[in-house]
Amino acid sequence: MKYTYTEKKDTRSGFGAGLAELADTHPNVVALCADLIGSLKMEKFIEKAPERFFQIGIAEANMIGIAAGLSITGKIPFTGTFANFSTSRVYDQIRQSVAYSDKNVKICASHAGLTLGEDGATHQVLEDIGMMKMLPGMTVINTCDYNQTKAATLAIADFEGPVYLRFGRPVVPVFIPEDMPFEIGKGIMLQEGTDVTIVATGHLVWESLVAADELEKEGISCEVINIHTIKPLDEEIILKSVEKTGKIVTAEEHNYIGGLGESIAGMLARKRPTRQEFVAVNDTFGESATPAELMKKYKIDSTAVKEAVKRILEK
Amino acid sequence: MSKSIEELKSLTTQIRRDILRMVHAVNSGHPGGSLGCTEFFTALYGKVMNYSLPFTMEGKNQDHFYLSNGHISPVFYSTLARFGFFPVEELSTFRKLDSRLQGHPTTHEGLPGIRVASGSLGQGLSVALGVAQGKKLDGDSSLVYTLHGDGELQEGQNWEALMYASAKKVDNIISTIDYNGQQIDGSTEHVLSLGNLHAKLEAFGWIVLEEKNGNDLEAVIAILEKAKTETGKGKPVVILLHTEMGNGVDFMMGSHAWHGKAPNDEQLATAMKELYLEAPADY
Repeated sequence: MKYTYTEKKDTRSGFGAGLAELADTHPNVVALCADLIGSLKMEKFIEKAPERFFQIGIAEANMIGIAAGLSITGKIPFTGTFANFSTSRVYDQIRQSVAYSDKNVKICASHAGLTLGEDGATHQVLEDIGMMKMLPGMTVINTCDYNQTKAATLAIADFEGPVYLRFGRPVVPVFIPEDMPFEIGKGIMLQEGTDVTIVATGHLVWESLVAADELEKEGISCEVINIHTIKPLDEEIILKSVEKTGKIVTAEEHNYIGGLGESIAGMLARKRPTRQEFVAVNDTFGESATPAELMKKYKIDSTAVKEAVKRILEK
Repeated sequence: MSKSIEELKSLTTQIRRDILRMVHAVNSGHPGGSLGCTEFFTALYGKVMNYSLPFTMEGKNQDHFYLSNGHISPVFYSTLARFGFFPVEELSTFRKLDSRLQGHPTTHEGLPGIRVASGSLGQGLSVALGVAQGKKLDGDSSLVYTLHGDGELQEGQNWEALMYASAKKVDNIISTIDYNGQQIDGSTEHVLSLGNLHAKLEAFGWIVLEEKNGNDLEAVIAILEKAKTETGKGKPVVILLHTEMGNGVDFMMGSHAWHGKAPNDEQLATAMKELYLEAPADY
């Protein structure tokens, strides 16, 4: 296996590390938080640049508006709260005060998806990618490990325009090389193969690599692509791959409605109709349990990816 | 920026003419609140605010204004045009295809003078607080002005922002509430009473000023100038500005009926006679 890991870390710590670096390198970066400093790992930024940190309290709508206002004065605001409170709770504020108003606000969202775990469905947002990608002008990024999240955090500071950056709570393998460049809108060819294309985002990237490795032992060759930027979508890397394999499995920690798989299906329907299997949550709410139990039950783990690959090969 | 009071008073009549002609031309828009806030806008852009042209988004070292109740766009657009932000003739494009003058204000079409979209109510104060704090961070001592409908205060986000402003000592903001007591479905008292608004705002830690004659230009200038003297004291400042919806046009005055309705040809003609100017400069 080309990608391995020696340690596990949470993606939100990658965000915290990136933000702390920005405190030193980008004097215009400001951070806002709605009473979740520890969860978002914002402590180091606050330590380094206390005057550029805004504690908003439990008032996410106000946070989005204040961020939009700060951007008018040339600041680059990074807002931090859970993914659910970063999106569905404040959708109209993001739509009008940020997206429609063309504001350079970075909406950074932790605890996305089922792997938030025991807190349950009230907090496990599985619709956020769909909501955010529907907003004109919004860039949507979902990162897969600590290193990629840190690199993405740094990259979006230098990108002009509103961004939704989605990451998670649990510790997961750190397998993306620290020095791998992060290019917004560019997919990453993780592993070349010939039988099936697997396109994964977020926590499902590692699961897909594990699945591909196990399938290889059974004689099935998978091409694994990481799409971290769901919008704008890197169509070229996907089209090139399905030209070769003719089959695609998409994998994500999100409702299949509105997610990465749907974006890809729409693109392929227009440009190169291709058989597709979806590894995603099947239009349901989550529940309380450990992340691993939930990924198994809701079929968004390496086993689910393997099964999807086999299904598509049998078609 | 150096117009006399007499010139500014005459301008309020011109702005009222613009408002009615704009909404009449497209048979839509919000004349009631626009007419009621004409003195406020004229005072702000004609006397009170410190700004220069050409307009820039960042507007460093300049006072900013944010309209939270975006539906009164006719008075905002007319004021901006009359004070040189964009050509007066462009008012004729209001609410028409390919116009920069959208039904509700937006930055999206690049209209000078607009810094954030508004229309979905209750968002303007939060945005203005971000600007005010950004200015403080930059050591920029200019002020941020806002306008809100009274009915708009029924939106919860306002109260998040009101709480935040005093807790964080945002004392470089002057908010004004268009206290006309009317909203689409009737009086605010009837729809959802704001209760003792003065006391509520004070309880939220704001310096509260009140002006009963919100359609008297000199009174509006005076209260805004007084508000300026209250800034920098560790507290945000708010003015309860009593205005009359539809002010300046007899048959529109004091009723919510003209909140979002345009006059017909005959009504426009009647109103224009009332808003007489010796030498009107209609677009």
